[in-house]
Amino acid sequence: MTDMIRAEGLVKSYGKVKALRGLDLVVPEGTVLALLGPNGAGKTTAVKLLATLQKPDSGRAEVAGIDVVGDPDGVRARIGLSGQYAAVDEQLTGFENLEMVGRLYGLGRAASRRRATELLERFALADAGNRPSKTYSGGMRRRLDLAGALVAAPPVLILDEPTTGLDVRSRQQMWDVIRELVGSGATLLLTTQYLEEADRLADDIVVIDHGTAIARGTADELKAQTGGERVEVVLADTSRRAEAHRLLGEVAIGEVRDSDNGRGLVAPVDGGTRSLTRVLQAFEAAGLDLLDVGLRRPTLDDVFLTLTGRSSADDEATTDDKQTGTTEHEKASR
Amino acid sequence: MSTVTSTGSSTPTPPRRGGPARAASDGWVVAKRNLIKIKRVPEVLVFVLISPIMFVLLFAYVFGGAIDPGGDVPYREFLIGGIFAQTVVFGATFTGAGIAEDMQKGIIDRFRSLPMSPSAVLVGRTASDVVYNVLSLIIMALTGLLVGWRAREGVVDMLAGFLLLLVFAYAISWVMAWVGLLVPSVEVINNASFIVIFPLTFVSNAFVPLESFSSGLRVFVEWNPVSALTQASRELFGNIDPTVPAPDVWSLQHPALYTLLWVVLILAVFVPLSVRQYARASSK
Repeated sequence: MTDMIRAEGLVKSYGKVKALRGLDLVVPEGTVLALLGPNGAGKTTAVKLLATLQKPDSGRAEVAGIDVVGDPDGVRARIGLSGQYAAVDEQLTGFENLEMVGRLYGLGRAASRRRATELLERFALADAGNRPSKTYSGGMRRRLDLAGALVAAPPVLILDEPTTGLDVRSRQQMWDVIRELVGSGATLLLTTQYLEEADRLADDIVVIDHGTAIARGTADELKAQTGGERVEVVLADTSRRAEAHRLLGEVAIGEVRDSDNGRGLVAPVDGGTRSLTRVLQAFEAAGLDLLDVGLRRPTLDDVFLTLTGRSSADDEATTDDKQTGTTEHEKASR
Repeated sequence: MSTVTSTGSSTPTPPRRGGPARAASDGWVVAKRNLIKIKRVPEVLVFVLISPIMFVLLFAYVFGGAIDPGGDVPYREFLIGGIFAQTVVFGATFTGAGIAEDMQKGIIDRFRSLPMSPSAVLVGRTASDVVYNVLSLIIMALTGLLVGWRAREGVVDMLAGFLLLLVFAYAISWVMAWVGLLVPSVEVINNASFIVIFPLTFVSNAFVPLESFSSGLRVFVEWNPVSALTQASRELFGNIDPTVPAPDVWSLQHPALYTLLWVVLILAVFVPLSVRQYARASSK
């Protein structure tokens, strides 16, 4: 299997702001890599370098085996880029947008028209195809933008935060579309600040923060890094907490803690469902009733918290306050 | 939503094209897009086309009585050649604004990620603005006819006059395209373009005869390409008293040739300058 994207030691600064400090990426053919990180982590900068919109200060990158600095046009002919903000012309209809993109990819007039019709159909935009795209909803515009990235059927797709700012339903639709693309053999690099998105769509995840990768692996591997599974119980009668604590201690492989809501207990385990069964049997035998019980595995939120010392949600809040310099610069650089 | 199949190998990678052929075909695609946009938001065009009408009426009826062009030609007739020149120069602001707006909109991200000619956005914009200039010249000519202007040298000379105006307009639109790439936003373009356009058009023979300038300014007026363009169109439209000799400077003795020299010079400087600035601005 060949690597469709290879980046080594990518460095990029904007004035004094170091957006990337040596990023390595590898995306094998036909796989999905999610670049996961908070605002200002360097995700968009990485996309710009790989899509040849900007040149790295140092380091090198190849897309489909072609050097991004040496032959940017060669790279552009083999990628489809869909950005954070829909790159469509608002006065043009959906059809006109796609036809124009086809022509600029070098497809002929007839081929461009055929492809535009085909893609509008596939992205549930056929009915809206002859309306100026400014009349589209946010989700429709984003789908049109993604369709634009697919016009020339490029072997590599780069999607920069494809669902940021979309409502739940549009996001779900977008995920369906992306999953189908992946199913048909595309190689995909996707940036996101949503842990759930990376978890659902990606084969591999690179967690990026302050311009450098702080962890990489499959979703499962990353989750395993932050500690294993645990059994969580919610007691019907909180006065018997001490007894429940003792019973759980017999199954647990570490310290039993109170859960967040105060009515429950959490015990780290290593036996999977067998641990869960043992806990249930012990509680049954002691006549302790439970409101709820479950085997929990760590979420990517836990991963992020462990890796960065803060949750992704916290980070979004602080980004708005403290890192406006970076964010504004990113806007200005667009 | 039906299935989204194959981004893989079903469609072959499009053929690579290079050089001027590619710049022309990609430029045409962008020009077509600009024209669709004008068709869809005609209001933009309407307001831009009203201003030359205002100028004709303003100069013909307000200042007209105070200015004597000399010879037997009435001021209104003398004026229209100047307004033609002024209008095509002012019209270049439209190009600058279009480019500045393009650079701000999301579509530029799409253009930048495509394997298209690096000059297509500029080639397309300046080309579609030729259509705009043709429209504004038609409106100007009709307004001129209403206030008494006539083309008196026959159809061939008249067409040559309009062609010269269009060619010069095309060159100036590359200057404004460059300005449009330099400004941070569309709002700035009008002020930025006035710095270039006002001295060029008003310190010329477009509105007042050459003789009315003091000797210092007069040299500037004599060699100002807008003066030559104005002189050339007056001659080609027959709006100059043939008994009054042209001013004794080479630029105004050979106004059409001098104008064309400027066209070549402007294009030779501003086409490469703009293309380079586009690459720089779009990779910021």
